[in-house]
Amino acid sequence: MQETPLYTQRETKSLLTLGQAVLILTVLNVILFIISLSLGRYKIDPIIVSKAILGKVFPLKQTIDDTVKTVIFDIRLPRVLAALLIGASLSQSGAAYQGIFDNPLVSPFILGLSSGAGFGAALAILIGGNYLVVELFAFIFSIIAVLLSIFISRSQKSPNTVTLVLSGFIVSSLFTSLISFFKYYADPYTKLPSIVFWLMGSLSQISMKDVIFIAPIIIVSLILLYLLRWKLNILSLGNEEATLLGENPARLRSIIIFLSTLLTSLSVSISGVIGWVGLVIPHIGRMLVGPDFRKLLPVSTLLGAFYLLLIDDLARSISASEIPIGILTALIGTPFFIYLIRRGKYRWS
Amino acid sequence: MIKIDNLTFGYFDSEIFRNLSFEINEGEIFTILGPNGSGKTTLLKCVERLLSPKGGNIVVSGKDLRDYSLKELGRTISSVPQIHKISFPYTVFDMVLMGRNPYLDFFSLPSEKDVKIALEALKEVGIYHLKDMPYTDISGGELRLTLIARVLAQNTSIVILDEPTAFLDFKNEFLVLNKIRELRDKKNLTVLMTMHDPNQALRFSNRVLLIKKREVVALGKPGEVLTPDNLRKLYDIEAELLQIAGNTFIYPKGN
Repeated sequence: MQETPLYTQRETKSLLTLGQAVLILTVLNVILFIISLSLGRYKIDPIIVSKAILGKVFPLKQTIDDTVKTVIFDIRLPRVLAALLIGASLSQSGAAYQGIFDNPLVSPFILGLSSGAGFGAALAILIGGNYLVVELFAFIFSIIAVLLSIFISRSQKSPNTVTLVLSGFIVSSLFTSLISFFKYYADPYTKLPSIVFWLMGSLSQISMKDVIFIAPIIIVSLILLYLLRWKLNILSLGNEEATLLGENPARLRSIIIFLSTLLTSLSVSISGVIGWVGLVIPHIGRMLVGPDFRKLLPVSTLLGAFYLLLIDDLARSISASEIPIGILTALIGTPFFIYLIRRGKYRWS
Repeated sequence: MIKIDNLTFGYFDSEIFRNLSFEINEGEIFTILGPNGSGKTTLLKCVERLLSPKGGNIVVSGKDLRDYSLKELGRTISSVPQIHKISFPYTVFDMVLMGRNPYLDFFSLPSEKDVKIALEALKEVGIYHLKDMPYTDISGGELRLTLIARVLAQNTSIVILDEPTAFLDFKNEFLVLNKIRELRDKKNLTVLMTMHDPNQALRFSNRVLLIKKREVVALGKPGEVLTPDNLRKLYDIEAELLQIAGNTFIYPKGN
């Protein structure tokens, strides 16, 4: 109680009930889903898109051109689905990380996940691996980076949040310098652009195979984490209070870190580094429904899916050539955060 | 109710207390008094099983503390910590509802019944009107009452409070201690707490344990134990007992 409160009262008044928020976000997601499939160089009427989707689900008689179907289902659908899945994953795991570290300014990236992934991808590109090898390496090294951060912090006598975050910083620096080393030696005409492009994050290369490969694990992890949403409230009270409330905080924290890391690593492995989503979305979620994780977690998931799909639509339609989505999320995320901090609503530690 | 037998605790080579033995009876308010650094909080944390002692046993309701599962322990002993680290701005109601956690399965949420119990606890403590306030926005006294309501929602027979009046103003100090005694009477709770003010210990406890580094100065009824002699041993201070309108007050001598 000697500490300054994290938020002022205004911040915590929730605007919507859980039911309202879920309903509104679901409707928005459906509308945006259809619009996203109609957007692009080859414009398709949203009504035709709707008809084509309904035709996939129900056996309707259809008079839709095959080219249109190819564009909708083979070219645009994988990317749209990926945006929804990745947005949901990054946001839900971001909210979960904020709960277990009891800090509104953290995301899975603080444990070195993104630089680990970047290192893996750069290494794969350098040795001439195809896109599957790149995804696999990115995934494996992102997990290695997180494990390494946890391992380093464990060597301390009493590991706490600060040692864990500092370990994450060390691991991040290590992998970042290795990435620079790779960039320096990479062929500047073929491999360097691939590395740079991967690091900026993009959904343009995603195929249906990628989506089918990551979707089951992502959906199962999202559901498991969702089922643990009440426990996030308990964990956010800190180790001692969680123990006094009959919980095993170390075990619970490990499970939640595992699920969140899996979600983020799988996402990053197919999309490259897309920052700031996991930080920004839970904050907007908190403004909408308050800090209770029973409401915050589902709302962050739906909001994250909507947000990333919207940003990806912008990334591919603002200019004639595609803008890497990681640049856009950072350009939107950082000012938003500066705004929050300037309003004095958050402590830094 | 709680039997502490030959308890020794220390970090590395330094011992905080050694061979401590005493019993806490069902339904009593048992207060531990001692100077800063005497190991009061450490002792409480041993009973809460947050720290494990170097030697000795703690038996709670006839069962060794080490044999309790975490969940079982959460249904037997509840605590009001001295310092609550401010977290996300949950509502006062949500905070109290978290007291129901030891009764929930791994993947389940609080039920209608849990909500009822939490609301009942808020009424009992007298802070029902605060239920929708963010708990980060209420006063120190109200926060302490919120944590006491959480303890009630947890529905344990033993309640531990570490300096329940720390950081509170004159009025809230009295309010909180009175509430603790009232709830003990109503629910036959066994209360174990630490305190700094001998006058409050005198007024609100059934028995008092005076500890100084590594030794027990005295243990017994507050009127018998809180003597000028013992207070000198405990705090190195000269004090006298004043009788005013049938009440005893401890008054430190000096200018």
